[in-house]
Amino acid sequence: MADSKTIAAISTPNAVGGISVLRISGPEAIAAADRVFRPVSGKPLASHKGYTAAYGTIFDGEDTLDDVVATVFLGPKSYTGEDVVEISCHGGLYVTRRILMAIIKQGVSLAGPGEFTKRAFLNGKMSLTQAEGVADLIMASGQQGLRSARGAMQGELYRKIRSCTDRLLTVSGHIAAYMDYPEEEIDPVESNEIRDALADVKAQLDGLLANFDQGKMIREGVETVILGKPNVGKSTLMNLLAGTKKSIVTDIPGTTRDVVEETVTLDGLVLRLADTAGIRETEDFVEKAGVELALQRLDTAQLVLAVFDSSSPLSQEDKDLIKRLEGLPCVAVCNKSDLEQQLDMEFLRAHFPHIVEISARENQGLSELTREVMDVLSLTGTDVSGPMLANLRQFECAQRASNLLGEAQATLVGGYTLDAVDVSLESVISALLELTGERVTDAVVDQVFSHFCVGK
Amino acid sequence: MSDYLASYDVAVIGAGHAGIEAAMAAARLGAKTVLFTLTLDGIANLPCNPSIGGTAKGHLVREIDALGGVMGIAADANTLQSRMLNLGKGPAVHSLRAQIDRQAYHVYMKKLLEGQQGLDVRQAEITGIEVEDGKIAGVITRLGARYQVKAAIIASGTYLNGEIHVGEVSYPGGPDGVAPAVGLTADLERHGIHLRRFKTGTPSRVHRRSIDFSKLEEQKGDEKVTAFSFAAERPPENVVSCHIAYTNEETHRIILDNLDKSPIYSGRIHAIGPRYCPSIEDKIVRFSDKPRHQCFVEPMGLDTDEMYLQGLSSSLPEDVQLKFLRSMKGFEEIQVMRNAYAIEYDCCDPLDLRATLEFRQVEGLYGAGQFNGTSGYEEAAAQGLIAGINAARKIQGKTAFTLDRSTSYIGTLIDDLVTKGCSDPYRMMTSRSEFRLILRQDNADERLTPLGYSMGLIDEDCYQKFLLKMGQVAAEKERVSKVSVSPSPELNELLVSRGTSEVSTGTRLLELLKRPQLSYEDLAPFDPERPALPDAVQEQVEIQIKYEGYIKKQFAEVEEMRKLEKQKLPSNLPFEQIDGLRLEAREKLSRVQPENVGQASRISGVNPADISALLIWLAAHKEERNNTND
Repeated sequence: MADSKTIAAISTPNAVGGISVLRISGPEAIAAADRVFRPVSGKPLASHKGYTAAYGTIFDGEDTLDDVVATVFLGPKSYTGEDVVEISCHGGLYVTRRILMAIIKQGVSLAGPGEFTKRAFLNGKMSLTQAEGVADLIMASGQQGLRSARGAMQGELYRKIRSCTDRLLTVSGHIAAYMDYPEEEIDPVESNEIRDALADVKAQLDGLLANFDQGKMIREGVETVILGKPNVGKSTLMNLLAGTKKSIVTDIPGTTRDVVEETVTLDGLVLRLADTAGIRETEDFVEKAGVELALQRLDTAQLVLAVFDSSSPLSQEDKDLIKRLEGLPCVAVCNKSDLEQQLDMEFLRAHFPHIVEISARENQGLSELTREVMDVLSLTGTDVSGPMLANLRQFECAQRASNLLGEAQATLVGGYTLDAVDVSLESVISALLELTGERVTDAVVDQVFSHFCVGK
Repeated sequence: MSDYLASYDVAVIGAGHAGIEAAMAAARLGAKTVLFTLTLDGIANLPCNPSIGGTAKGHLVREIDALGGVMGIAADANTLQSRMLNLGKGPAVHSLRAQIDRQAYHVYMKKLLEGQQGLDVRQAEITGIEVEDGKIAGVITRLGARYQVKAAIIASGTYLNGEIHVGEVSYPGGPDGVAPAVGLTADLERHGIHLRRFKTGTPSRVHRRSIDFSKLEEQKGDEKVTAFSFAAERPPENVVSCHIAYTNEETHRIILDNLDKSPIYSGRIHAIGPRYCPSIEDKIVRFSDKPRHQCFVEPMGLDTDEMYLQGLSSSLPEDVQLKFLRSMKGFEEIQVMRNAYAIEYDCCDPLDLRATLEFRQVEGLYGAGQFNGTSGYEEAAAQGLIAGINAARKIQGKTAFTLDRSTSYIGTLIDDLVTKGCSDPYRMMTSRSEFRLILRQDNADERLTPLGYSMGLIDEDCYQKFLLKMGQVAAEKERVSKVSVSPSPELNELLVSRGTSEVSTGTRLLELLKRPQLSYEDLAPFDPERPALPDAVQEQVEIQIKYEGYIKKQFAEVEEMRKLEKQKLPSNLPFEQIDGLRLEAREKLSRVQPENVGQASRISGVNPADISALLIWLAAHKEERNNTND
């Protein structure tokens, strides 16, 4: 049968670390662990009451593999709701894999992607939105992402949607009573009661929808392009942000030929940086390809850092670039502010609402840059731990609910009878329930769980 | 065996609203049928309110009529006053209700049953059933007579082990002074059927001349009356009025001061009463902030001065009843003719039933009406009809006849009963149907008459009339989509007065009819070519055009639902062994034994995660099966 299998996987990232954790879950979890674990105390794990840790060694046949700590969690009070053993070992890739193989030799199956969380969901340990939060937690690459992922796990989105649902259910309940008991002196349903509830819930949903891009940036990082004519200090800026010498910094214009990628953290926000070849008309074939690539990147960029040289006046190339950047989420970075000012700042201000002056070489202006970046991305003041739509499924549900709300509003304003308004209202409620996983089809569940990586 | 008194295809136990529909349907479908009743004088009794229909219940009556049942015709023939409730709230919730002459209704139904070919009506109390190899084989009367049957339908209403409670007094009894039915309970339990106790109640009947009507509000019937039956040649007429009285602070004080004498509040009645029609004690305790409650004074018939006091059902002692009644304006001199009382009775847990209303435990045994845990004449009749149809069809080797939620309130009612069960007497409400914009009382014929016809319950004459109506509706919809109205000061004056925008170019009638503010009738002066059409046809044209968008949307939802309904579940699935199902879900699924994934998903206590676990298990199992086949 599908879910009576005991499963195991390495729960920590597949990389060298201080400690690695393996997790075994299922009816045979404890018995299987006992067959590969020799406790110092001599007491097998099966005799543990649960929620206790035991120190001992893991062996595979004749080989002793590692000194480990094994922790027993008894179902249903465990992450998956089943019996779980977690084994913390010393973290080398080879050793951790040997331990996993030793466990699997005991008849335990390798866990599929997201299978632990799927079991937790199926055993009623978490709601669908919480489960999706776990997937984001695993993938969250920056601190801000981590915070919002924790928010989803603690059910903030769930609570917010639930309060919207309750608000509509209250109105729908009133309508139902009014219609089913026409002779019971029930207060007539006033259209402003419905109108206010619809408007209120729509505003909340639209807020969530509007924040979706921000939420996505926080979780997945911001696609960032650094642009500027040759030798204005783009690579210096990037190195400053990245803290390493990744791009080659020289005084010869056109040194950076291809797109160099780097991930940097700006006040917890992950920027996925691409430093590009300087923009200028060039005959050099290789450099020309680099320029093409840089301009292509603009199409998908969520943030552009346009670098200008403060110490020289704006050239035609600069002006062409400025034109190109119109309407994009862009911060103008005036580098070399330590040198004498030659740049036409008036002209720049007319084109860029967000301008900072920095000296990449002198390490000045970084906090101003951070502030402007947050601002241009509309992240300033964004409560990243507040409820956010975590993924496309949630976004689509919320969007559908919002559209249906719009239809319900149109029904009300259009002068249709209460029965039609009520049916529209119910379709919104049903979309909201789907969002929190309270009425989901198997397709949705499959879609959600295919997004999980192995382990938690 | 040879010592049977007689042999029948179908035996119906109980001649209330469920039993009558069951017996009539079975007999009309060609089954040799017998209808047993405790007393022939109690046939089609209305032991509670003298009215038929009401919100959602009116829908049920029209559906019963559309399928070929008898309640609608009988109600039309005995109507004293008729009202369409909820006018102005939208066609989905329009509900017809008629005050009925109680005695005349009994006489009418008794005669109808007596005249039915293939149906014997018999006064006898059934106290036992005979089961052979898991199948019903016979029924036994209290006098020991045995009848051989191929199917039996229990429609015992509130009579089974009935117990009457008034204040601190209680005694065995059925409604209106009839003796209770006893004995059958033990026999049903012996065959594994789950029984339990429900409770309901009824208010006092009082003498007309003891009421000061000048102090009450009069409530007249509709000026334009609609009949229940689609086949009605002309609508009934209003011949009486109802009146409205109110409780007051003094009434409430008297009741609260005497709560300890109520068998419910003192804990002597343990059975569960209906949330949906609470006693006056319940209303005052639960809604203590309401300064007054309404009471509708309804005549019981033309040949009697008995008046029914709707809204004042009670199980308080006689003296307290009289005291609180006399505290009400207009009731100062009131003379009670029959006391209010509460009644406890045995009923089954409908989770034992299939969608055909056949018991899972005993093949050929069916349940219908209040015995299945519902409340109300109309709910009872709807079930009786379905049970009668299925009993006859099963004997004749025909396929089961079930209605899904998207076809009817009848289907919704039965699906709720057999899927969710009920913890108190189940009352139909419009809000119970998610498809209510398409399950309107006005289109019950369109939804169900073809089914009734193909089954043999709708005669050729009725069906031809139905086809004619459908044809007229289609033709008129076609016509208004082509006819254009030119803008005129008169038209724009109408549009403005209705609060909708003026037109400046020729506009098709269809477009104007789509506007919620305009009725078909409104546009008559601008539509000189309009053919003379019956009201019912005009109504269909108007509703179908005006609500087209919403109707389409609901049909799309129906399609979604049917996808899940089509995923059949194998019988006897080992729910107890399916991992990933929570304990509660395992228990509920095992209890309900859903026939498809759609039904499983509607079981309370089964959440979407359980459904996905079930689907995963089914998929895995399918693979296993396929693998072994390879």
